Amino acid sequence: MADVGQGRSEPESGATPSRGLRARLEHLLDVPATDAERARTVVGTFVLHLRPVRVPEATIRFTHTFGLGGASLVLLSILALTGSLLMLGYTPVPGDAYASIERLQGEVVFGSFVRAVHHWSANLLVLVAGIHMLRVFFTGGFLDGRELNWVVGIILFAAIAASAFTGYLLPWDQLAYWAVTIVTGMAAYVPVAGPALASLLRGGEEIGPATLGTYFALHTQWLPVLLFAGAGFHFWRVRKAGGVIVPPDAVRDEKGKPAQALFLPHLLWRETAVALVLLAAVSLFSAVVRAPLGPAANPGLSLNPAKAPWYFLGFQELLVHLHPLFAVVVVPLLGATALVALPYLGFPKGEPRGAWFLSETGRRTALLAALAALVATPVLVLADAAILGVSGPPSGGAAILTRGVLPTAALLAACAASFRIVRSRFGASRLEATQALFVFLAVAFAVLTATGIWFRGAGMRLVWPWNA
Amino acid sequence: MPPQRRSFLRLAWVGLGAAALGEAAWIVASFLRPRKEVPKDAASLVVAGPTEAFAPGSVTAFPAGKFYLVRLADGGFLALHRQCTHLGCSVPWDEASGRFACPCHASAFDLRGEVLAPPAPRPLDLFAVRVENGIVKVDVSAPVRRTSFDASQVTRG
Repeated sequence: MADVGQGRSEPESGATPSRGLRARLEHLLDVPATDAERARTVVGTFVLHLRPVRVPEATIRFTHTFGLGGASLVLLSILALTGSLLMLGYTPVPGDAYASIERLQGEVVFGSFVRAVHHWSANLLVLVAGIHMLRVFFTGGFLDGRELNWVVGIILFAAIAASAFTGYLLPWDQLAYWAVTIVTGMAAYVPVAGPALASLLRGGEEIGPATLGTYFALHTQWLPVLLFAGAGFHFWRVRKAGGVIVPPDAVRDEKGKPAQALFLPHLLWRETAVALVLLAAVSLFSAVVRAPLGPAANPGLSLNPAKAPWYFLGFQELLVHLHPLFAVVVVPLLGATALVALPYLGFPKGEPRGAWFLSETGRRTALLAALAALVATPVLVLADAAILGVSGPPSGGAAILTRGVLPTAALLAACAASFRIVRSRFGASRLEATQALFVFLAVAFAVLTATGIWFRGAGMRLVWPWNA
Repeated sequence: MPPQRRSFLRLAWVGLGAAALGEAAWIVASFLRPRKEVPKDAASLVVAGPTEAFAPGSVTAFPAGKFYLVRLADGGFLALHRQCTHLGCSVPWDEASGRFACPCHASAFDLRGEVLAPPAPRPLDLFAVRVENGIVKVDVSAPVRRTSFDASQVTRG
């Protein structure tokens, strides 16, 4: 950064102290001649303090990252701003929470719009951060010195989900009340500690004033601080790793160093464009589609069906098919462990990285895995619905075996078998075969989530979305 | 500094740091701990009414106490927590089919609270019932979990 913002050389050696001082003052006073220039210098040096002067030219191509990490930060900032506004008019007490939201929407200028921006940005952030994680994985950007940052990213994603979830309760309408009941009820299935965990998450036997107060504090204080601090660390680690991963088709000099582009203006313009387009899209959407607000919460009257927030519906769908112990504890724990362990599986260095899906083989196997999951998951869901009829899975002792151990073991065996087939049949590397498995499981989970969102009606029976 | 003292001091610092972290976590946890339920006084005791007000084989809802007072065909009383044991939805009594039918995920329970249809994993929780001088009283301070129905759970007038 030495070449920026320093328009003048140091005073000559041997100069008197007063001349040196004067030279320094002049340096401060007359380098930026006009206000515009001065402003540009200040902004420029500040921006370049946060961001590098040069970045590898190939990494600023939009389709290399789709600006997903930056978009997450923009959404986080929108959420902080709109959230700060909403806080001014919101009362976190069961008797008044719903009324305060109605007041905000009905009487406050732009109240309804600001709440809509907050609502849709929060939902979009879960989606964008999730896709960002997929992008990092599919371009191999979680290896070679980026292992820790991958884990930090997973923690940030969990914090985003927790933020969205704690915010879900605050409007205190029927949807909020029963969704939080369902999710905390899922926690009660954890063996031994379950009831205590559920009562910790609820702040008592049922959702009430203590729950709302705690969730409000978590949502407006603890999680935002964690998210912004964590995001700062996350971005700093990206910079320490030399920026985002460089694609293999980058132009390189004779030493193998990729061609560089100046951050200012090339990357800054692109980042600004992404931020502005995102802001415009969220504002426009929120102006047209307002945030939903159902009837006020009624603890005596359950919704039919009662569903968790959409980002947890994959797990609720599992609960329809598997023994609770497996749907709520074993399978999520296996998934989280695998996700955290991914960078530490000892993938050999020197294989192609940085391109989407790594290579031609990687692309082909990933596509096949996605197609397999798109076919297999709905078939399994339908077959199981036919077996179960209208009721849920039995949860007795024998069900641990038939609806827990056996399906999980079958899934793991199928994973191991397809890993070998992808390795031998397609000549995929270990990383490419792991990627194919990851695609299969991610698509399967996405299908389960979609089933939970659109294809589950009254009594959690399968329905067509237009009949729900 | 001799290495022994150095390693001892380092250990002391790490130990102190760990203790401080543990203390902070403990404080946060105790702030988060669910607020104590209403103390066991008159507020947690719901006076349901005289025994003869409840016909054998009937179910009476007490929304404020969050329970159903069931009088079995043999005259015994049970107070069933209205919260479904699956994911915590409120279970309504369906007079027509004679069962508690959860609207959320299709669990069903019989008059004694036993599971008729999964996914509910265990019978509806109970509140303690007392009959004093012919008046039925229900202690709603803490629901009691059970794995199945047995005769000892029934209070007789």
